[in-house]
Amino acid sequence: MMWNFKKYSQNTALETADSRMTYEELEQAGNELAESMGRCLVFSLCTNSIGSVVGYTGFIQNKTVPLLLSAHLDKKLLLSLADTYHPSYFWYPEEVDIMAAGITGNVVFEKHGYCLLKSDYSDKEQTLYSELALLLTTSGSTGSPKLVRQSYENIKTNTEQIVEYLKIDSLERPVTTLPMNYTYGLSIINSHLMVGASVCLTDSTIMQKEFWNFFKEKKCTSFSGVPYTYEMLDKLRFYRMDLPYLKTMTQAGGKLSTELHKKFAEYALQSGKNFVVMYGQCEATARMGYLPPEYALQKQGSMGIAIPKGHFMLIDDSGNEILDSGVSGELVYEGKNVTLGYAEKREDLLNGDEFEGKLKTGDLAERDSDGFYYIVGRKKRFLKIYGNRVNLDEVEKLIKSSYSQLECACCGTDDHMDIFITNGTAADKVKAFAAQKTGLNPAAFHMYVIENIPKNEAGKTLYGELKKYSQ
Amino acid sequence: MTNMEKYVKVFTDTLDISEEQTKGLQYTAIPAWDSVGHMALIAGLEDTFDIMMDTDDIIDFNSFEKGIEILGNNYDVEF
Repeated sequence: MMWNFKKYSQNTALETADSRMTYEELEQAGNELAESMGRCLVFSLCTNSIGSVVGYTGFIQNKTVPLLLSAHLDKKLLLSLADTYHPSYFWYPEEVDIMAAGITGNVVFEKHGYCLLKSDYSDKEQTLYSELALLLTTSGSTGSPKLVRQSYENIKTNTEQIVEYLKIDSLERPVTTLPMNYTYGLSIINSHLMVGASVCLTDSTIMQKEFWNFFKEKKCTSFSGVPYTYEMLDKLRFYRMDLPYLKTMTQAGGKLSTELHKKFAEYALQSGKNFVVMYGQCEATARMGYLPPEYALQKQGSMGIAIPKGHFMLIDDSGNEILDSGVSGELVYEGKNVTLGYAEKREDLLNGDEFEGKLKTGDLAERDSDGFYYIVGRKKRFLKIYGNRVNLDEVEKLIKSSYSQLECACCGTDDHMDIFITNGTAADKVKAFAAQKTGLNPAAFHMYVIENIPKNEAGKTLYGELKKYSQ
Repeated sequence: MTNMEKYVKVFTDTLDISEEQTKGLQYTAIPAWDSVGHMALIAGLEDTFDIMMDTDDIIDFNSFEKGIEILGNNYDVEF
C-alpha cells in the first residue's frame, strides 16, 4: 500500500469550496471505484477535484496503473495516446465528452462528478511489469507518446524524502496551484496524504478572486509555483497580501530569475515564512534538489543540494566526474526515486528498471565551494514554458506534419518559443496551431518569417544562426 | 482614439481576438484569456492608461464589462 489511510481515518483528506472528504471516505471511495478493475491500464483525465484524487489514490492503492493526463488535453492527442497504449479504462470528468475524441466503450461507474468507461481496447492483452505503478507524460502537452514509468518504490521513496526535507505534518493545508497530472502538482498530493494532512483542491487560478477567497477561508498553509507563478504573484504585489496562515512557498519547474528569488526570499524572511526553491524532473519521480529555506537569501540563484538519501554529481563531456567547484558539467542524480525508464509503445510497459537508480538530467550545472548547485544551461533541445517541458523537435515535427508546404525551426528561451517559418501567410495559423497543440497560451510563441532556414551541408538546422533574428 | 477604443484595442491585441468577440467576454472563456493572458492584459491596460492597478482589482477583473467598471470607478478612466 502506498498510503496508510486507516491511520488518519477521521482527518480531513480533501477539501473543496463546497465539500470535504475524510481519509476513511477517501479510502472507501477509491476501493469502490478500483477494487473490481484489477491490474490493468487506465487513462485518468485530471482536474483538481475530489473525483480526480479518488481515482488516482484508488488506482494506486489497488494496483491499477494510471496514466495521468490533463482533462483539457487536445482530443486528437488523447486518441493517439489511446491508440498507442490501449487502456482498459478511462476515468474522466463527466463534462468531458471523450466519445467526441473517437474513444469507444461503455460507462460502467459514475460518481464524484467522474465517469469510468470500460473501453473497447480492454479485450486486448493487458500485461504490465509487476512494479509499474504510474505513468506520466514527459513533455506536458505536445501529446508525445513518450511516457515516464514510475514504480511503487519510486513514489514511496520520493514522497518520504519530500516529507522529510519540507517537514510536512498532519496540520498542513496546501492549496493546489498546479495540475495533478504534472509531477510537481502530484508530489504535493502524494506527500500530504502520506502524513494525514488536508489538501485544499481548487481549479481556480491565482489571478482570480475565487482563489484568494478560497485560500483565506480554508486557512491554507502552503502553495507551490513555477517561475511564471512567481512572476504573476510579483505582479499582483503579493507581498502586501495579508495571509497569516501561510507558512511555506515552494518553487520548482524551471529556474526562477535571481531577482525574483531575492524578492521572495526577502519577503519570507521579513514575514516569518519559508521560501523553498527546489529542483526536479518527472524522471526522478518529482524531486531531486532543494535549497534549505535558511539559505534562501544567501544562495540566490541556487537550486540547492540533493534531497535526503539522494546524491548529485557533475560529469564532463567524456563522462568523468568533475570534482572542482565553479566548473560546469552535466548534472547527474542518484537515488531510489530515479524512475524505471521511458515507454514509447505498449510493449514497453513490460520493461523493468532501465535507469538503475542513476539519472543524467540533461541540465548543465555548477557547484560552489559550499556544495550548492546552480543550473547554468541545458544539454537537450527543450524549453520550460510556464513550468511545462516543451520539446522543440517535437513542436517542429508537429508543425511540419500539418504544414508540409513550409520549412520550420523552433528555438528560444524559457517561457518564449521562437518559431521560424518560410511562408509569411501561414504565420498566424502556425502560431494558433502551436498554441492549440501544446495547450499553452499563444503569448508564449513568437513568429519569425525568414527566407531560408539556415542549414549545414548535412541538412541539419543551424539553430545558433537563428538567434540573430530574435535578439 | 477614445478611451473605449483604446480599451478594446488592448483586448484585441493581447488576446488575438476580433472586436466582436470582446463583448461579454469572460475570464477563461477562451484559451488565450488564461492566467498568462490575464497578466498580459493587465500590463497592457496599465501601460495604455498609465495606471497601477491594485491587487484586488486585478483579481476582480473577470470580464470585459467588469474591467470597464473597475477602470471607471477606481482609476478615473472615463468611458
